[in-house]
Amino acid sequence: MWDPVKDEYGGLVMIYGTLATSIIALVIAVPVSFGIALFLTELSPSWLKRPLGTAIELLAAVPSIVYGMWGLLVFGPILSTWVQQPLQKLLSDVPYLGALVSGPPVGIGILSAGIILAIMIIPFIASVMRDVFEVTPPLLKESAYGLGSTTWEVVSKVVLPYTKAGVIGGIMLGLGRALGETMAVTFVIGNMNQLNSLSVFEAANSITSALANEFAEAGAGLHQAALMYLGLVLFFITFVVLSLSKMLLAKMKKSEGTKS
Amino acid sequence: MSTAQNLLVAKALAETRQAKFAARNRVNKIALTLSLAAMAFGVFWLIWILWETLRQGVGGLAIATFTQMTPPPNEAGGIANAIFGSFVMVMLATFVGTPIGIMAGIYLAEYNPKGLLSSVTRFVNDILLSAPSIVIGLFVYAVVVAYFKTFSGLAGAIALALIVIPVVIRTTENMLQLVPPGLREAAYALGTPKWRVITNITLRAARAGVVTGVLLAVARIAGETAPLLFTALNNQFWTADVSQPMASLPVTIFKFAMSPYENWQQLAWAGVFLITIAVLALNILARVLTRNKH
Repeated sequence: MWDPVKDEYGGLVMIYGTLATSIIALVIAVPVSFGIALFLTELSPSWLKRPLGTAIELLAAVPSIVYGMWGLLVFGPILSTWVQQPLQKLLSDVPYLGALVSGPPVGIGILSAGIILAIMIIPFIASVMRDVFEVTPPLLKESAYGLGSTTWEVVSKVVLPYTKAGVIGGIMLGLGRALGETMAVTFVIGNMNQLNSLSVFEAANSITSALANEFAEAGAGLHQAALMYLGLVLFFITFVVLSLSKMLLAKMKKSEGTKS
Repeated sequence: MSTAQNLLVAKALAETRQAKFAARNRVNKIALTLSLAAMAFGVFWLIWILWETLRQGVGGLAIATFTQMTPPPNEAGGIANAIFGSFVMVMLATFVGTPIGIMAGIYLAEYNPKGLLSSVTRFVNDILLSAPSIVIGLFVYAVVVAYFKTFSGLAGAIALALIVIPVVIRTTENMLQLVPPGLREAAYALGTPKWRVITNITLRAARAGVVTGVLLAVARIAGETAPLLFTALNNQFWTADVSQPMASLPVTIFKFAMSPYENWQQLAWAGVFLITIAVLALNILARVLTRNKH
């Protein structure tokens, strides 16, 4: 438990918050990014490729504080009225699922943070996927088409296996981003240092938002040291994830060199 | 077997094949529709966010926004000091980070492309490139702020410079690698010393790309909030003294947007609008620059 007043510091809530929001973000972002990459490489007419690709990359350029403010003041209320309240009505009597959606439906909490993170990492994952899809040798794709495969079969049975390492690398890159994202999460996660239930509507805290909120005001001594330590934990997690992603992408590059 | 039986078998076979083909086509159509939906989903958020920023931001803009200091709750005012503070810190960070980044990029591409030091630098640089920016803030706090015992604009600029450097290293190296070796060899054949080849030939050939890298780096730090929270802190007044806490646009937005006061939120929207416009303009400019190159 985390209680600065009693000088007690346990990071479980923050670490849980960081992981939970990132996982929600990945669950949403991976299929969407795959769809976008598929669209940009296989479907889109060539005059649309450039503007749409640019639009997705611009989504990555928007500063995170803009996402945060938009999430808090615009998206949160909408999520609360149109998604959370109906879901609660629908699921509150169902065991397990009901527990997931309990808590105050105020539009800020783990779910909103996860959704916003998903929007933020979609461009990263999508652009890596698009780039690795584009390096698939046309010969492979054309042979598959020549055998009468449909576009979907070409992508799922030829392109995807060929680019597996790169795709996973891209996902890891997105995960690294999501784990380390600060401002957008701080705005919408609700900053609560208790873990009352496993509900995704519950306000919580992530490592980054705890740092952003408390560090400047933390007194020297244990409070500050504990926050620093959380920073170290975060850095360690992202370091591992990013190294993995980098190695996978490098492997991808290497195999591309030998096979052509 | 009679011909009638043969025909029957063939017909059944054709039917199953047709059914399979139809099923495959159906799956294909569903997948492609979903992909189209994903694309629409992505673009939808961009448009929605930009639209809200535009709608709410323009309403908050006024002359006072650019001329007055950040006000107390429920009083009129502007964000002039925050804009100025952001400007100063971003400039400082760019001036410190760009030369270091370009020089490191030159080393990686020209002097030691395959050495151990280079591969280690490249790896560390890539990690730094995507390290959470708040960790960089923590680092600068521990090294600079704790040492001088005061939050300062300088510490903020250092934190931002640490974000600029890896971006610039990466793009400089990539752009230098794109310069055709023939150019270099021609210069060497004329007896040009290496430093002259680099400054006069390769760096010049790669200029547009390097400038793009710097622009992208500026765009990135202009919106960075996390590393400034506990390095530059904030300041309600105009200051050009970098040894003092300094206001910045993102931190001010953060503080104002989280507050319940109407006028603060209004100003925060105006700030968000300005930042978004600036960042998107820089990004588009960078894109235009590289496009003309190719």
